[in-house]
Amino acid sequence: MNLSRTQTRNEDRVVLRAEGVWKSYDDGAIAVLKGVDFEASAGQTIALCGPSGCGKSTLLHLFGGLDTPDCGRVSVNGVEVNRHRNLLRLLRHEVGFVFQLHNLIPDLTLEENCLIPTMASGMDRRTAQARLHQLAESTGLSHRLGQRIQKLSGGERQRTALCRALMNRPKILLADEPTGSLDEQTSGAVFELLLKIVATEGVTLVMATHDRSLAARCDRLLEMHDGRIDES
Amino acid sequence: MIFLKLIVTNLRRHRIRSFISIAGIAFSVAAMLTVVTVLQGAIGMFSGILSSDSEVIVFERNVSDLFFSSVPAAALDEISHWSMVAHADPVLFGIVSSADHPIITCFGVTADDTRIRKAAWIAGDKLTFAQHSDDVVLGERSAEFLSAKLGDHVPIGHGVFHVIGILKTANGFEDGGVFMPLKSAQVFFHKEGNSSVITIKLRNKDDAVLFKNRVKARFSTLIGLEDAEFTRSYSQFKILKATAWAVGGCGLLLGGFGVANTMIMSVFTRIREIAILRVCGFSNTQIAAMIFGESAVITLLGAMLGLLIGTSLLYALKLIPALHGYVDVTLQPVVLFIVVLMTLATGLAGALYPAAYAMRIRAVEALRFE
Repeated sequence: MNLSRTQTRNEDRVVLRAEGVWKSYDDGAIAVLKGVDFEASAGQTIALCGPSGCGKSTLLHLFGGLDTPDCGRVSVNGVEVNRHRNLLRLLRHEVGFVFQLHNLIPDLTLEENCLIPTMASGMDRRTAQARLHQLAESTGLSHRLGQRIQKLSGGERQRTALCRALMNRPKILLADEPTGSLDEQTSGAVFELLLKIVATEGVTLVMATHDRSLAARCDRLLEMHDGRIDES
Repeated sequence: MIFLKLIVTNLRRHRIRSFISIAGIAFSVAAMLTVVTVLQGAIGMFSGILSSDSEVIVFERNVSDLFFSSVPAAALDEISHWSMVAHADPVLFGIVSSADHPIITCFGVTADDTRIRKAAWIAGDKLTFAQHSDDVVLGERSAEFLSAKLGDHVPIGHGVFHVIGILKTANGFEDGGVFMPLKSAQVFFHKEGNSSVITIKLRNKDDAVLFKNRVKARFSTLIGLEDAEFTRSYSQFKILKATAWAVGGCGLLLGGFGVANTMIMSVFTRIREIAILRVCGFSNTQIAAMIFGESAVITLLGAMLGLLIGTSLLYALKLIPALHGYVDVTLQPVVLFIVVLMTLATGLAGALYPAAYAMRIRAVEALRFE
């Protein structure tokens, strides 16, 4: 009974919040976000849908501290992300990114690519190796750890990118068209894996996607239109 | 280990560019090492001539070159009678030319001079030195390039001299020089009654300061310096050293520009990679360390290759017969240390701008970079 209450409180806890966020480019000539308000609770899976150029990626970048809003506030676990001293901690411990392109370093092996975030965060080697093997097991990559990226298939590369994003146990996973570069079959398999892992890890997933069938399987589907969010 | 791989990976990707950069540093280091070592060797040899069996050298105050120094015979006479002096040897330096040989160094010395007494005579008898005004003793190499044998008459400058001996010495200047009786040299160089320097052997080395003070008090136009002191302060040596380091430094600077260029290109070609590292939580310090690390690898490899090339070049120079005795290949640890230190500093300076540029890369923009 107590456990159930704890779980409920955990789910209700807001881990990611945007308040009145505006963002424009070219000195204000192109307004992309026009006062976005957003909240994500712990463990939720949220899909951001909308036409190209509606601001989905921009919003994800703001959530992850990769860009700064013109005005408004983005906070992760109550801490504003755009203060420089918070930024490294945010990128190292609070959020993980998966992009449409895998963005792995081609000269390194799968294992080495995955260990990069742990090197940045200063995680000790033994813990990092244990975490890597756990994630590699979950994603079916255990037998490919020593392979160079060039030798991996598209699906394997995207699964590697997912492993890398989760190495430091982030609370939020920001995925920008994570299956956008994959064929339909691989895309479905990678998305299944993504949902399974975020559920297992208790991670909040915010995913930008054009694929409505995938988006429909998330807890919430947010429609972005004209720089604002509508929840359906 | 992964960090090291991140540093080296870009060098492996662009092997030719990396090699050119390493070669640039290597040749700069080799040039610097060669020029500095050869000049240091030359300075050492010249100092060796002066410090041969002596502790102090007396010469004319405020002359820029010992060839212009004039020490009067009266001073020699007085100093040689001081009780603290074991012996005082006057030496007159002169430069002459002969057919095909623009520069021949002449040493006007007395029969008692250490250079004559203790040298290995390979032809002639040391006891015959200074018996006739046209007698000369040749160094082994000068005998070789003048094609002279014992008993020959050789044209030197505007005179013709009789070769009464050939001696062998490890010092290039002496080996390629001509030894004349002091009086003959004074006449030949129009410096009657004068010598360029007096080399002093003291009865007790600890009296050096006392001796110098006495020279200062007694002869207002002369100065006495201990050998090491002379090597440090002689303006010609200073100019030579400064020139050597400046020439070497310029070479290194060019190598540094090569490193800077390579590192800028390196940063430009891995903008996206740096963005990924940023997204993974790399700090500015970690990004800069990666760039400086890459530069340090280039520089260290270049320095090692340069030391190898430079040393080989010095040994090759030593083997050239014409340079026999002039090139001292003794690599001084302090020179090696300074060369390596300057190379590293140049490499790091070359990576400053690229590192600063890399630190300013914004992940959000760089990830759009194709």
